[in-house]
Amino acid sequence: MTTANQQALAKYKNDFLKEVEANVEEGHWVRMCMQCGVCAGSCPLGPHWEHSPQKIFMMIRAGKREEVLTSDSMWMCTSCYNCIVRCPRKLPITHIMHGLANYAHRLGLAPKGQPTREIAKLFWNNLIKTGRVNELKFSLAMYFKDGFSQGVKNALAMQSIGLGLMKAKRLNPFEILGGHRCKDAAGIQKMIAKAREIEDRKKGFA
Amino acid sequence: MAENKFAAYICSGCGLGDTLDIGALEKVAQKEMKMSVVKSHPFLCSDEGVAMIKHDIAHEGVTHLCIAACSRRAKTEAFHFPSAAVSRANLREGVLWVVAEGSEHDEVRQEMAEDYVRMGCAEVKKMKVPAGNVKESSSKKILVVGGGVSGMTAALAAADAGYEVVLVEKTGELGGFAKSLVKRVPFAAPYADPQPTGIEEMVARVRAHAKIKVYVNATLAETSGAPGRFAVKIATESGSLSEELCGAIVQATGFTPYPIEKLPELGGGQPNVVDQAGLEALVRQAAGGTIRRADGKEVKSVVFVQCAGQRDATGQHLPYCSGHCCATSIKQAIYFKDANPEVDTVVMYQDLRVPGMGEDFYRSAQKRGVIFTKGKASQVKGGDVCQVTFKDLILDEENTIEADLVVLATGQVPVAGVNLDEWTATVTAAESGDETAKGKVSELKNISVLKLNYRQGPDMPQFKYGFADSHFICFPYETRRTGIYACGPMRRPMDMFQAQEDATGAALKAIQAVENAALGRAAHPRAWDLSFPSARLEGCTQCKRCTVECPFGAIDEDEKRFPKFNEERCRRCGTCMGACPVRVISFENYSVDTVGSQIKAVNIPDEFEEKPRILILACENDAYPALDMAGIQRLTYSAYVRAIPVRCLGSVNTIWVTDALNSGYDGVMLMGCKKGEDYQCHFVKGSEMAFYRMSKIDDTLKQLGLEPERVQSYEIAITDNARVAKLINDYVAQIQEMGLSPMKGFG
Repeated sequence: MTTANQQALAKYKNDFLKEVEANVEEGHWVRMCMQCGVCAGSCPLGPHWEHSPQKIFMMIRAGKREEVLTSDSMWMCTSCYNCIVRCPRKLPITHIMHGLANYAHRLGLAPKGQPTREIAKLFWNNLIKTGRVNELKFSLAMYFKDGFSQGVKNALAMQSIGLGLMKAKRLNPFEILGGHRCKDAAGIQKMIAKAREIEDRKKGFA
Repeated sequence: MAENKFAAYICSGCGLGDTLDIGALEKVAQKEMKMSVVKSHPFLCSDEGVAMIKHDIAHEGVTHLCIAACSRRAKTEAFHFPSAAVSRANLREGVLWVVAEGSEHDEVRQEMAEDYVRMGCAEVKKMKVPAGNVKESSSKKILVVGGGVSGMTAALAAADAGYEVVLVEKTGELGGFAKSLVKRVPFAAPYADPQPTGIEEMVARVRAHAKIKVYVNATLAETSGAPGRFAVKIATESGSLSEELCGAIVQATGFTPYPIEKLPELGGGQPNVVDQAGLEALVRQAAGGTIRRADGKEVKSVVFVQCAGQRDATGQHLPYCSGHCCATSIKQAIYFKDANPEVDTVVMYQDLRVPGMGEDFYRSAQKRGVIFTKGKASQVKGGDVCQVTFKDLILDEENTIEADLVVLATGQVPVAGVNLDEWTATVTAAESGDETAKGKVSELKNISVLKLNYRQGPDMPQFKYGFADSHFICFPYETRRTGIYACGPMRRPMDMFQAQEDATGAALKAIQAVENAALGRAAHPRAWDLSFPSARLEGCTQCKRCTVECPFGAIDEDEKRFPKFNEERCRRCGTCMGACPVRVISFENYSVDTVGSQIKAVNIPDEFEEKPRILILACENDAYPALDMAGIQRLTYSAYVRAIPVRCLGSVNTIWVTDALNSGYDGVMLMGCKKGEDYQCHFVKGSEMAFYRMSKIDDTLKQLGLEPERVQSYEIAITDNARVAKLINDYVAQIQEMGLSPMKGFG
């Protein structure tokens, strides 16, 4: 168990709703859910989740901390915003789901190997290096995330698309050598570090 | 009295003259029906046409007139001649607009129009102008039974409108259940915070009102009479007996909470498990400070169990939802949150129902941090730490939560007096010598609220689950006891706000009743009607059908066991007239004769002409308007039918049906309102009685050698215009297939 998780457990004891309200983006909305189930019925990926938003909110109120934070549900959200548009109580459901995902990730409870979580991590790590997304490196990192031989196989399978992109000048092979970057990458990194420091302080991750 | 003079006025407007042979219609009225004045007019409802009729009434001595024009439901203001007897032959909606266009239909169309003229003339000849029934002394005082929110609201509404009010309250003080509340749910925007009840101010207003006379510690000892002349005996606890003469009665006897002791599985009777009333007491004790349990311990967590002993499918508890309890629990959870936001409050509900603007109140509790859990509690254990075992209906799993205090949201049990079905059964048993039944009769008499000395029992009939009578669909305050109005939670479960609206409505109905009674007119729904039933007692066989079947308990028995009509209680539906096997009951303008003569006036073609004649007896409240609407929408139906409106299908006397079949009609269609639990009959039981009677008519048909299909009963709603046209056409086709009646030519 991570230290952050231990600290959160100690701080909120059994009141998971309070913990969510304090630490999850838009978490203060969870109490306003009236359990109508419109979100669950509206979600295009509904059948593929472990728990619908309706259930997630009910579980938060029932104090099912472990189950909520290890659920794959919030990672499956595609941000289509159907639920937000339809929620009669105007809960920002999409944002809450992302907030929960982020919180679970920070506590180290998010499901290991969950594909959307993996891609999000790679994207983030790629982005903060230069302040720009290096698409070539990002694609390669995706190909090779499950080992070298799988990476070669993935790259060969995508060969024709890669060549097509190059011909259309949508992919620059020289990006592999560092690639383009914003004017002050170090400055960006500093900003991000500061933002994280503030967030950690606020949410007690220090 | 001057001699009767009969006149017929035929309108040729609205296209009637283009399609129908008006001259032939005039001839029918003049030659066949012997009307002494027969006139036609191109626009009868115009000022000029109406002036012509008025002139004839004033100067030609016309006393009875048949207007052959549009439906009796149209142009009622133009054709309003209060001094004359008026019948209407429906040529427009009934003939012109419903018979298919084209010259090939000219013959049947003209026959239909001529028959309607014959029927209108025949009817008016049997009619009298109702004289009315004005009583010299008619009380306009209003009696209100029950001094809670509903009763006080009704009393204040009537008194503020200028009527004397007598308010009778069983307990020692006014205020009722609401008096025990700390606060009430909000009735106005922003619907966010519990509000002061305002009961003290209300009691003070009632006490100070010059027009309200209050009896406390008092109950009714006997109520007799009818609207305008209820003689009420009021017994006070001290033993004194007062008498009041009242014009109408509002019953507002409220409810009692469902006893928590009946819910042992939900912890009823165990420590630290209370009902909503019990919680109000604890909060009152706290006086704005920390809310404590009976044992003095501070409440840090509380669970509200909704629907406790309500919406019960097992048959042990209340089957219905009491409507107010969700909002009440929300209010009570807010008591805790407002006293101390750290108190854990869980409202466990199956379906949160907050009528009106309650949704805003619900949201305001959520904002305060009240947790709402969708679950069904299966077991509650009281004790120092209470345990609530429940099924989580979202997560679909069994769960248990602990709390310092559990509040059960139990339902409202109406206080509506004696169940009349039980009363009738008990009285019948007692009359046949059953000793235990005799004891039970006096027991039931004690439960009775109104203590009416009506033949049909001491209280108003109950509708469902012991709630007092109320017209299910159209007229919620109307009960089957004329001049007696039910309001508040004894009528249906409700909260304070609804009770106040309800009580105001009931007070207005009571005012209407006393005013109508003073004018000798019927109460709702025939509020303009001056006619009333009279019986030719020398022909009466004392069969008691009229006294039993009257939906409104209007008919008592006199010392000689003859029916005694209380006209002010009568709603003029004519169910007694339909019930009477010897046909001695009639109204001045509506009788066995007025309808019977119309049936006989129709020209029945002989069997070789192959033109069936089908009689429609249609309820004037729903079925007849549906027929008119079919015409307005130009839906066509067969020209072989002849429709006669009746006040209620309950007023249909079987003699009409047998007479019709005897005189050669090929079929009879009876059209009445929906009956049964979700009835739509304006007279509650009229259509039910009619359907019951018609179910017995098969034997008569067999004796006549006729197929049972020759008489059909239908439930018709006012919106059934398309359906009614189809039913007619289908039935005519069925009759043609079956063959014409063998009775033709004998009539």
